[in-house]
Amino acid sequence: MNLASETRKDVVILYVKEERLDAHNSTELKSAVQKLFEDGKKNVLVDLKDVRFIDSSGLGALVSGFKNAISHQGNLKLSSLQSQVKSMFELTRLHRVFEIFPSTVEAIENFQS
Amino acid sequence: MEGNTIEVDIKVPNKTRYLSLIGKIGEDIARELERYSGDKEVLAYHLNLVLTEAMVNAIKHAGPKEPEKLVRIVITLHMDDLTIRVYDDGQGFDINSIPAPNFEELEDRGRGIFLIRTLMDSVCYRKNCKENILEMKKKLS
Repeated sequence: MNLASETRKDVVILYVKEERLDAHNSTELKSAVQKLFEDGKKNVLVDLKDVRFIDSSGLGALVSGFKNAISHQGNLKLSSLQSQVKSMFELTRLHRVFEIFPSTVEAIENFQS
Repeated sequence: MEGNTIEVDIKVPNKTRYLSLIGKIGEDIARELERYSGDKEVLAYHLNLVLTEAMVNAIKHAGPKEPEKLVRIVITLHMDDLTIRVYDDGQGFDINSIPAPNFEELEDRGRGIFLIRTLMDSVCYRKNCKENILEMKKKLS
């Protein structure tokens, strides 16, 4: 899986540079997020700007990351969801679970507040 | 898409790297529909998703691990009736015993069959003498 990361204002931004987040690659995202929290990071933002398609495994990897955040007293938020990807969160009611922001800038502002 | 019936019958190795290929076939079919009155891009996503979820299901239930194992997928479009059948030769499962996800509990898994059921008109899983068939139908009009 092609992941890129940068840190801005104590927030680690993980960019998923894939068109699909599915059963083929979602385990790698799950592991990457898990490692960040195990390494002591508290604020993780997963940016899905490039992701055009997500399946139940991709959603599951993000749920796993969210639970990891809770168990490490951290936060995991999402940004830049394409409309069809966002509709999958709505269909599975996960939009009530995640804090979802239109852009990384808005998400980072929210982490600071 | 003209004519009364099209059928795509494809076999791919039971590996997740082929999910994208199978999903794209569903997207292409949706985009070529001439008479569909709904949003073709939404339908394209939905067909990509149900094919992806069904193939993952087949991979999970496939028989003993052998590299040459194949998943067979048959997509049939007759007039406005879409039928997708996915074949696996594993143990199978009782689709009716799978509960809808509990939205109050944050589980990592268990949303695949729910998504298929939500996006298709009917879903059944049955066995014949040598394999299991996940059959999904949807009226496209």
